[in-house]
Amino acid sequence: MTLDGAQVTPREFPTNRGGLCQKGWTSGALLTNPMRLTKPLLHGNPVSWDTALDFVAERIQGIQEEHGRDGMAVFGGGGLTNEKAYALGKFARVALRTSQIDYNGRFCMSSAAAAGNKAFGVDRGMPFPVTDLDDADVILLVGANPAETMPPFMQHVKSGLIVVDPRRTATAERAMLHLKPAPGTDLALALGILHSVFSEGYAEHSYIEHRTQGFADAWRIAAKWWPERVERVTGVSATDQRAVARMLAKAKNAYILTARGTEQHASGTDTVSAWINLALALGLPGRPGSGYGCLTGQGNGQGGREHGQKADQLPGYRRIDDPQAREYVAGVWGVDPDSLPGPGRSAYELLDALGRPDGPKGLLVFGSNPVVSAPRARHVTDRLKALDLLVVADFVPNETTALADVVLPVTQWAEEEGTLTNLEGRVLHRRPALLPPPEVRSDLEVLQELATRLGTPAKAFPTIPEEVFDELARASRGGIADYSGITYARLRDGEALHWPVPSTQHPGTPRLFTEAFAHPDGRARFVPVDHKGPAEAPDEDFPLYATTGRVLAHYQSGAQTRRIDELVKAAPESYVEVHPDTAERAGLTEGDMAKVESRRGEVQARVRCVSSMRPDTVFLPFHFPGANSANRLTNPALDPVSRMPEFKVCAVRLAPWGDS
Amino acid sequence: MSPRQIVVAGYGMAGARFAEEILRRDPEGERVSLTILGEEQHLAYNRVLLSGVVAGTMKPENVTLHGQEWHKKVRLGVSVTEIDRDARKVTLTDGSTIGYDALVLATGSRAWIPPVEGLSPEAPGVHTFRTLDDCAGILAAARPGAPVAVLGGGLLGIEAARGLVGRGCQVTVVHPVSHLMERQLDLAAGRVLANQLSTLGVEVKLDAKVNGYVPGDGLKLDDGLVPADMVVVTAGVKAETELAVRAGIEVDRGIVIDDCLRTSDPRVHAIGDCAQHPGTVAGLVQSAWEQAEVLADLLTGKDVSKRYRGTPVVTRLKARDVDLAALGDVHTGTDADDAEVLCLNDPTRGRYAKLVIRQDRVAGAILIGAPDAAATITQLYDSRVPVPSDRLAVLLGRALPSEATPAGSPAELPANALVCRCNSVTKAQLVTAWRTGATSVTELASATRATTGCGSCRDAVCGIAEWLSTTT
Repeated sequence: MTLDGAQVTPREFPTNRGGLCQKGWTSGALLTNPMRLTKPLLHGNPVSWDTALDFVAERIQGIQEEHGRDGMAVFGGGGLTNEKAYALGKFARVALRTSQIDYNGRFCMSSAAAAGNKAFGVDRGMPFPVTDLDDADVILLVGANPAETMPPFMQHVKSGLIVVDPRRTATAERAMLHLKPAPGTDLALALGILHSVFSEGYAEHSYIEHRTQGFADAWRIAAKWWPERVERVTGVSATDQRAVARMLAKAKNAYILTARGTEQHASGTDTVSAWINLALALGLPGRPGSGYGCLTGQGNGQGGREHGQKADQLPGYRRIDDPQAREYVAGVWGVDPDSLPGPGRSAYELLDALGRPDGPKGLLVFGSNPVVSAPRARHVTDRLKALDLLVVADFVPNETTALADVVLPVTQWAEEEGTLTNLEGRVLHRRPALLPPPEVRSDLEVLQELATRLGTPAKAFPTIPEEVFDELARASRGGIADYSGITYARLRDGEALHWPVPSTQHPGTPRLFTEAFAHPDGRARFVPVDHKGPAEAPDEDFPLYATTGRVLAHYQSGAQTRRIDELVKAAPESYVEVHPDTAERAGLTEGDMAKVESRRGEVQARVRCVSSMRPDTVFLPFHFPGANSANRLTNPALDPVSRMPEFKVCAVRLAPWGDS
Repeated sequence: MSPRQIVVAGYGMAGARFAEEILRRDPEGERVSLTILGEEQHLAYNRVLLSGVVAGTMKPENVTLHGQEWHKKVRLGVSVTEIDRDARKVTLTDGSTIGYDALVLATGSRAWIPPVEGLSPEAPGVHTFRTLDDCAGILAAARPGAPVAVLGGGLLGIEAARGLVGRGCQVTVVHPVSHLMERQLDLAAGRVLANQLSTLGVEVKLDAKVNGYVPGDGLKLDDGLVPADMVVVTAGVKAETELAVRAGIEVDRGIVIDDCLRTSDPRVHAIGDCAQHPGTVAGLVQSAWEQAEVLADLLTGKDVSKRYRGTPVVTRLKARDVDLAALGDVHTGTDADDAEVLCLNDPTRGRYAKLVIRQDRVAGAILIGAPDAAATITQLYDSRVPVPSDRLAVLLGRALPSEATPAGSPAELPANALVCRCNSVTKAQLVTAWRTGATSVTELASATRATTGCGSCRDAVCGIAEWLSTTT
């Protein structure tokens, strides 16, 4: 889109085809929002930048002297530009020399990323341009609700939509077939469909033999999940499982796409592996016009996880424990490889360790609002309060800035140049359209100011985005996400560059896997995975499943969208969707205020009776703060591989608000 | 501390699962030293899928439960011949003995052959349907066009009949009772099932009194001959209890076990088809697997508080084109005083749905040709979640949410109906915009942003514009 003042105009672009939802249309309102942060705050009082930065640098030094390098931690966000994400990772490793950095993308796409790496040797959300979906006969959409969360995307879904979701969402309403598994049972469902594919004779044996390995072990587990058994666990009929197998197999072009609904589980990585196994058995990945992909959750969810704000990562999607990667990146940064810290804690573990004897005592937050977005939110709030130093860089006040010792007002989307990598791995250049308010600085400037105060030369932290990008491109050279052939000049010229782009002559790679997968032998891997079920199942005390998600009018923790009148009018308060019978049994009716309670906390929410809900399940949006924060309920049980918390299922009970 | 010696007699569905569960809890063998004895020469396979092998949807190699590495973990081709409970040792078919700290009997069951003259497992053309080798025999004899009799119209018999008719055999199910699957179905449901089968080409003979078998001819019934090149005997199974009986362990229909899966000798356990627990019926893989998990927790000491309390029984037929589920109390009639009973009987379309509700919970159900209802009702039965008050919707399985009721025309659409979801535009907002001058679809779009997101509401907005142009 383009901006005229703060007025948004949509622009024709392949992903959205000129369409905007209410969040896009109203995004200009953020630029002139009266709540905008315009002055640094020290303990709530406006101060000069020097005062604020001096204070922060001094406290950092004090903390690190007393508690060591890892006494300081950094928490980033998937909404940051590539340049900021890269600079933040470098700042942690070079200026703070702490291992303690992670970001909210851990709560977003980490399970899909881990599963993609295992299966294909690379993680790019969609290994094909999104416009390829236009020609699909069948799309299996698992745990995604783009009709609310990414409406313009629905223009690519022309026909043959199958939706897997415990709720009858706006997206499910448009599906030709909607499967409603019990929360936390998607993995069993994927195994049942795989079983059907094989037993009905739909498996692509030649593809399995020539392009993959590990089928026999994966099959032996799927063999134990015949559709009738899966039906009993999931509530999805054996007939529907077989129907999905048949539709996918008979389609000329078919895609399987996953998103948070199936990924945000303590078994999220295995669950995505199960969907990928299904795609591989059908021979979809790497076949022109077909494939597997995952839908990105944040503006820069893809780029944000490639360049080093993840605890175990260096730029270019390199592993921080890989000696060659350390040596190469240290060379680009001009530091000794041994000076680089090793892998640190994952997001929830990092937040959980804050202020504890062996945990960080200070935290810098960039572009995230963990008070609302982290699981077991009350506990996370307590950990943040236990810190000696909390610094938050953001552009509007939120529930996390409210706890901060220092708040740094930074630029927002239309006020700064930078790149984002979208869901199809295409790098997009964003031009600045407006001047920021006078006292606001960019995140890059903040990092340079802090780095110099901590004794790192200013030139190590350039403030011009293009310079940062050029360094990022060099640092990514030879990595999985290789940006080394991308320049601002090429992007300004309008080139559609999908990574990897290993040289400035290289045209980019819109479609991966057409010849080979990224494992050394060129084959994709079946990963043998089994169903275990949710970490916390309903019982007598907490008899209902709760699941969480987004609504159209809001984004993430709502810190931005809850500031926009029009969006607040559309979705003013938190609510709980519940089957009318379940509401009645709890003594509630439409419009009542309910108390939803789990072992970890309670939430106040307005009752919405929805007769298409499963009677054993309630749904809450997670955008709202304080007593309305759905993440006060959620379970921080972590996936053993991706360290993703179990946002999408926990056990709760329902009562009228005010009952004790 | 040396690990305890555990001997598992049997390497079928129960024994194999028990071995896996032990290895999962004790991968290094620090707590338990396992000896697994399998009578058959094959690595463990999935008996549930054998009807798929007969139907031709699976090959024998696709139904193995374990990979080749299990050859190192199991002793195949040997079984226990004697238990010496005093000395705590077992004697094997090869004459050797093994001592045990705990013995697990997972000996399964065997096919029961009804006493019919000329009918024995050795007679030419007679096949039981229990093992992978049985399947091989059946497949070799199942020539297209050949007449086949299936003796016994229970679950297994119907699955076998469906598979064989799919291979082009001329199949007759011979059943001694007045309706098929009489344990799981009431009379009306049995009729619907028989109808379904005859549509698929399976003949059904009910109330059949079988007087003899003549190889080459077939089964002699009171009212004539059922021709058969092959007879598949699916008349039921008997728990394999002989070892236990000889060792003086308490046996009823099966080896009697308590909630700790203990027999009358607390050092001897039994799981799966050979065992008899008051909370379940024999012959279900679900029970066998749940028992295996609990016993593994107990014998590895991982969770000594675990108990097996039983498994609710859900019968699910696996036969192409016949969707049948039965669970719980199925025989209560619609005239019962102590239960709500709903019943839909549609034999012409091959549909039957019966739901028995007590204290607001599913007590039983039969569902033929109603796959969605079967899935939902099974979950309500297992989870004990109260049955939604819209009982009819539950019975039909396709509840239409009331909020999705389509409006007849733009005029009837309520004012607060959301037309453009992407931009939260209601009908009322469109009407207001029209009345303040936005009198075309394009103008409505720029005034309200309706249609500017995913575009799927364009038809609806056009419809409203048309309606407004005729009313104002």
